[in-house]
Amino acid sequence: MNTNQAISTKQLTLSYGDTTIINELDLEIPKGEITVFIGGNGCGKSTLLRSIARLLKPKSGAVLLDGEAIAKLSTKDVARKMAILPQSPSAPEGLTVLQLVKQGRYPYQTWLKQWTSEDEEKVNNALEATGLMKLKDRAVDSLSGGQRQRAWIAMTLAQDTDTILLDEPTTYLDMTHQIEILDLLFELNEKEQRTIVMVLHDLNLACRYAHNVVAIKDQKIYAQGKPEVVINCSLVKNVFEMECEVTVDPLFGTPLCIPYGKGRCILKQERLSRNG
Amino acid sequence: MRKYQNFRVFKEKVSFLVDRKALTVVILLLLVMAGVFIFSTGTGEMRISPINVVKVFFGGGSDMEQLVVQSFRLPRIIVSLMVGIGLAVAGGILQGIIRNPLASPDILGITGGASVAVVGFLAIFSDESNALTVSIQWLPVAAFAGATIIAFLVYFLSWKDGVSPIRLVLIGIGIYSLMKALTTLMMLLGPIYQASQANIWITGTVYGSNWSNVAILVPWILVLCVVAFILARNINIQELGDDIATGVGSNVQRYRFLLLMVSTALIGGSVAFAGGIGFVGLMAPHMARRLVGSSFGALLPASALIGGILVMIADLIGRTLFSPLEIPAGVFTASIGAPYFIYLLFKTRNG
Amino acid sequence: MLLKSNLQKWSGLLFAVILLLLLMCVSIVYGYTDTTWKMAIDAFTSFDGSNEHLIIQTVRLPRALIAAAVGASLAIAGVLLQTITKNPLAAPEIFGINAGAGFAVVITVTLFSLSNLQIFTWISFLGAAVSFLLVYIIGSIGRDGLTPMKLTLAGAAMSAMFASMTQGFLVINETALEQVLFWLAGSVSGRKLETLLSVLPYLIVGWGLALLISNKLNVLSMGEDVAKGLGLKTGMLKIWSGLIIVLLSGGAVAVAGPIAFIGIVIPHITRAVVGIDHRWVIPFSALFGGMLLLIADTASRFIIMPQEVPVGVMTAVIGTPFFVYIARKGFNK
Repeated sequence: MNTNQAISTKQLTLSYGDTTIINELDLEIPKGEITVFIGGNGCGKSTLLRSIARLLKPKSGAVLLDGEAIAKLSTKDVARKMAILPQSPSAPEGLTVLQLVKQGRYPYQTWLKQWTSEDEEKVNNALEATGLMKLKDRAVDSLSGGQRQRAWIAMTLAQDTDTILLDEPTTYLDMTHQIEILDLLFELNEKEQRTIVMVLHDLNLACRYAHNVVAIKDQKIYAQGKPEVVINCSLVKNVFEMECEVTVDPLFGTPLCIPYGKGRCILKQERLSRNG
Repeated sequence: MRKYQNFRVFKEKVSFLVDRKALTVVILLLLVMAGVFIFSTGTGEMRISPINVVKVFFGGGSDMEQLVVQSFRLPRIIVSLMVGIGLAVAGGILQGIIRNPLASPDILGITGGASVAVVGFLAIFSDESNALTVSIQWLPVAAFAGATIIAFLVYFLSWKDGVSPIRLVLIGIGIYSLMKALTTLMMLLGPIYQASQANIWITGTVYGSNWSNVAILVPWILVLCVVAFILARNINIQELGDDIATGVGSNVQRYRFLLLMVSTALIGGSVAFAGGIGFVGLMAPHMARRLVGSSFGALLPASALIGGILVMIADLIGRTLFSPLEIPAGVFTASIGAPYFIYLLFKTRNG
Repeated sequence: MLLKSNLQKWSGLLFAVILLLLLMCVSIVYGYTDTTWKMAIDAFTSFDGSNEHLIIQTVRLPRALIAAAVGASLAIAGVLLQTITKNPLAAPEIFGINAGAGFAVVITVTLFSLSNLQIFTWISFLGAAVSFLLVYIIGSIGRDGLTPMKLTLAGAAMSAMFASMTQGFLVINETALEQVLFWLAGSVSGRKLETLLSVLPYLIVGWGLALLISNKLNVLSMGEDVAKGLGLKTGMLKIWSGLIIVLLSGGAVAVAGPIAFIGIVIPHITRAVVGIDHRWVIPFSALFGGMLLLIADTASRFIIMPQEVPVGVMTAVIGTPFFVYIARKGFNK
C-alpha cells in the first residue's frame, strides 16, 4: 500500500440514473499536494469530487482514503480526515460567521463537549487564516461574495483535516478574490502540508497553483500529472475542444493557455482562426 | 462586553460556547413566563393577588384559594404551558430540517392526522343520543395515534433512497390536504352536535384539563425537550444543507428520522391534550429566530418559552374575557401572536 | 418533463382543451337526476320545459362552468404566488385569501344574520381582497421592499390570524357554524349562472393579464437581480401579480368558497408535465385546474348518493395520490 496517496479510487463508476458519468476510474491523488480536476462543463469532475467526499454513492468500485475504503469508515472518522466544500452552499438567515465556522468542529463534538479550548483554538485559527476575525459576529447572509466564500472555507478549515476538497471555490468571485482564496489554499498546503483537491474552471490558475492536474474527458482520465508536463495544445484541444496556444507564464513559468478566436488587436494573423 | 462566554467545567469534559445576548433573552422570557404563570393563576372569577398565589404554591392561602388554584386553575395552566412548549419546539425542529419557513406541525399533516382520528373517534363511539359509548379518556390516545400514523405515512411516502426535505414537505402538504378533507367530510356527515364538538377540538382548548393529564404531559414534553436540546447541534448542521452536513460527518438520514420522531412525539402529546392549537408551531420559532438568532441551542429554548407564554395568555383570555363563556385557547394564539410577530418582522432588518 | 418539443406542447394543449370540454359535458350529463346525452343536447336545442331539461340548464350547466372557471383561476393564482415568493408551498390559501374570505363571511353571518349566497359572493371577494392586500402591504414595508421571505411570513401570520378568529366566532355561535360549514368546505353546487357571470369579468381579466406577464415571470424566476439586470421592473411585476392573484383567487373564493389544494398542487403537476416556462405553465395549469375540479365535482355526486361530498374534499381525495406520485418522481434532490 502506497502511503504517498491521500486518496485513490478503484474501478470507480458513477452514474445519475442510467447515465454513466465516470466509468471504471482508477485515480491516485498524492498526499501533501494540490490537485486540480479540469475538464469541460458536464465532464463529471464535480461528480467525481462529490463521490470522493462520499456525498454520492458510487454505482460500483470504491474510494480509498489513506488506503481504507471510505464506505467502510464511520462518517465522523472520514470527517476528521477530509473536509468538503460543495458548490454554492447556503447559510440560514441570520447565522453569524462564528456560528458557521464553529459547525466545522462537528466531528469532534459530543453534546456535552461542544466548545473545548481546542475547538476554540481551531476556530480562531480558521478565522485568522481567512481574515474574518473582525467579521465574526456579522450574519453570513450580510457579507459580500468573497467574504462569504471565505467564511465557508473557514468552516472547512476548522474541521482540521489533512485533506480538503473544494468544488469550484472561486466561482462568482472577482479576480482579486479568486487569487486571495487560491493563495490562502496554497499557503495551507505550503505551511501545513495539507492535501488540497479542487475543481477549477480557470485553466491558467489551475496551472499556476496545482502540483498535479487531472484532466477528465469521456468518463475517464485523459491525462494526469504536473501542469508543465501535461498541459499542451493537443490536451486543450481534446479536453476542452478549443484551439489555443500554450506559452509560458512570464511571472510563474507555468503553462499559460491563450485561446484562439477573435480579438481587437491581432499580432499573428495566420493562427487565429478558431478552427485551425 | 464580549458577545460570547466560554463555559468549561470538569477538565473540559463539559464545554459550551454561550451567546450572552441569547442567554439574556432566554432568561427574560423565563421571567415573563413565570409572571404570566402567576398572573394567570390569580386571575379568574376569584381574584388572588400574585403574592397570595405564590403563598398558595407553597401550601399557604385560604382553603378556598387552595381549592380554586389546585383543582381548577393549575392543571389547565400547566397543560397550556406544556402544549405551547411542545408545539413550538416541534415547529422549530421541523423548520430546521425542512429548511422552509412555512414548515409547521399542521402543514406536514401531523396535526391533521390527529384531527381525523378525533373526529372519527367521536363519530364511531357515539350512540344515537350523541353520548359517547367509551370513556372520553380514550380521545387523547386516538389523537396521538392519528398523529403518529400520519407522520410515519408521510415519512414512508417520502422515502426514496433517503428522505429529502422538499419531498418530505410536498408529500406532507398533500397528506395535510387529504386529512383536512376527511375531517370536513366526517364533520358534514355526522350530526351538527358532533361537528361543533369536533370544531372545538380542532380549534384547540385546554378546558377540562386535570392533574392526571398533567402527570402524563409534563414528563413527556420535558423529556422530549431535553432530547431535542441534545440534538440541537444536529439541526444546526442540517440547516446548512445535506452536502455540508454529510461532509462534516453527520449521519443526515438517521438524524432526520430521529428529529422527525421527536417532533411527532411532541406534537402527538400536545394535540392529544389540547387539540389542534394552530400558529404556535409555525410562528413561535420565527419569533425566537428574530430574538436570539439562528443557532438552535438558543433557538429551541427561546421558542419553547414563547410558545408556552402564547398558549398560557391565549387560554387566560379565553377563560376570562367572555366569562362565563369559555373560548378555546386556539382562537387567541394567532390573534395575539400575529401582531407581535409582524412587529418583530419590521423591527429586525434581517427579513 | 413529459412534453418536450413545442409541437408536443401545442398538441398537448389542444388535447387538454378537448378533454376539459369533454369533462364539462360529462359533468352536465351525469348526476343524481338520470339524464342522457341526448337529453342534454335537446335541453339546449329544443328545450321542452321538462324537469330534466330544467336541471341541465339551470343546475348542471352553471355548475360545470363554475367548476372549470374556479379550478383554472385557483391554479393560475397558485402559479403566480409560487413564482413571486419562490416557495413551492405558496398557494392562495396559505396567503390568507381563503381565511380572509371565510372571516368576512362568518362575520356577516354572525353579526348581520345574513346567509344569502349572492351576498356571500361579494363579502368573500371583499374579505379575500382586503386580507391579501394587508399581507402585501405588510410584506412590502421596510427598507428592502417586498422580499419573498417577508411576504411568505406575513401571509402565514395573517392567514393564521383570520383563521383563528373565524374559528372563534364559530365556537361562540353554533348556529352560524351550521350555516357556513358547507360554505367553508367549498362547493360549486347550488350556484346560479348569474353568480359566475358577476365575477367572470374579473376572472377573464385575471387570466388575460396572467398570460400577458407570463414571459416576465420567466425572467423573474431566474432571480430578482438577474431580472432587474435584464431591465425588468420587478416591483411593478409583483404589484401586477398581486392584483391578478386577488382577482383570480378572490373571484374563485367568492363563487365557490374556500377550495384549497388546487392552488398548491396543480402548479407542481403542471411543471412536471410541461417544464418551467410560464408561457406554457399558466395555460396548462388553468386547464388542469379546471379538469381536477370538474372531475372532483362530478365524482362528489356519486360517493354518498343522494348526498353530495363537498368538492373541496373531493379535490384532495382525488388529487393527493397523484400529487404524492409526482412529488416522489419529480424531486430527486
